[in-house]
Amino acid sequence: MNRKRRNVVFAVCFIVAGMTIATTLALKAFRENLLYFYSPSQVQAGKAPQSRPFRIGGLVEEKSVVRNPDNLTVQFVLTDTMQTVTVVYDGILPDLFREGKGVVANGKLRSDGVFEAFEVLAKHDENYMPPEVADALAAANKPITVNSVVKPE
Amino acid sequence: MLRHINQFASPKNFYALSCKLVHYFGGACLLLFVAGVFGGLLFSPPDYQQGESVRIIYVHVPSAWMSLFVYIVMAGAGTIGLIWRIKIMDVIARSSAPLGASFTFLALATGSLWGKPMWGAWWVWDARLTSELILLFLYLGYIALQSAIEDPRMAARAGAILALIGIINIPIIHFSVEWWSTLHQGPTVSKLDAPSIHIDMLIPLLLMALAYMCYFISAVLMRARCDLLALERNSAWVGELIGERSR
Repeated sequence: MNRKRRNVVFAVCFIVAGMTIATTLALKAFRENLLYFYSPSQVQAGKAPQSRPFRIGGLVEEKSVVRNPDNLTVQFVLTDTMQTVTVVYDGILPDLFREGKGVVANGKLRSDGVFEAFEVLAKHDENYMPPEVADALAAANKPITVNSVVKPE
Repeated sequence: MLRHINQFASPKNFYALSCKLVHYFGGACLLLFVAGVFGGLLFSPPDYQQGESVRIIYVHVPSAWMSLFVYIVMAGAGTIGLIWRIKIMDVIARSSAPLGASFTFLALATGSLWGKPMWGAWWVWDARLTSELILLFLYLGYIALQSAIEDPRMAARAGAILALIGIINIPIIHFSVEWWSTLHQGPTVSKLDAPSIHIDMLIPLLLMALAYMCYFISAVLMRARCDLLALERNSAWVGELIGERSR
């Protein structure tokens, strides 16, 4: 390998290594801002912003959805299996909104600790299967493992 | 060994060999695509949560995979061209860019169409979607840089450096759903223990992914052949080629 070529190889390694280090540091610095949503545990620990809107994500607790028969207001409990936050929402829920499934709600935390959402998005999980298979799993009492909704800290 | 590589890398031999490869991969693409489309749209089952809407997976996921793969090809070929000064590699890098940009656009557009009924939003600024959008801008920047510099040798060098700088985005896109909490769901097929997709859906998905791959190979070779003819228009072998044809 002649000298000129070796210099080019060094330059290539330098660019890649430099970019990797720079990006790693930048991403570490902006860690908080890159979170698309906070978990109920983080909210209960007071890590979520108090004065401005933010997003909260988790599983809708089974049998926690209460609908108002007169209007579109709906109340449900979000859980990350450790902590819970009660959410109220006035609007149309997405089709994939189900008890036991993941959602992300955008809104503000009221002073009484209830999260008032102005937008609710459904977060579908990474499992794809025909309905018959899901029914068979349910009949056999086998849980469908979900990795993506609740993240370890 | 090195001589074989050099022989392949000579524009004349590449031109002759790529002609055959275009036909093989083009034919394979057609067969796989027909099998994948029919398998995905007619024979695969609906999803237990998403119903029939899940079928967009057969277009969306292969395009997203290809958008990453084509970038790696582009940056890899550009780097080899930069270090060993192989003209073919520069040409392949340049030919890959518009194809990669198309795959990225397709992934973003189909994802948006999927997002509205499933999530309830056309677009969200989560880590996966944002990094994929940056990938589209990287491709567009590369294409703009190529057309801004007139000297092909200089353009190839500048493009290779830009592609190298941008390659850090590829692991970020791939791992974004694991590193940060995103609205986009986590990995399905690349999970190490067992892919959490039913086999009846996995087979058409993989058929479509192979069809996309074959399409890319034949399309990039076709583009590279045209580019090469234009670059080498004053060389002896192109003169011979044209002489043979016109006779």
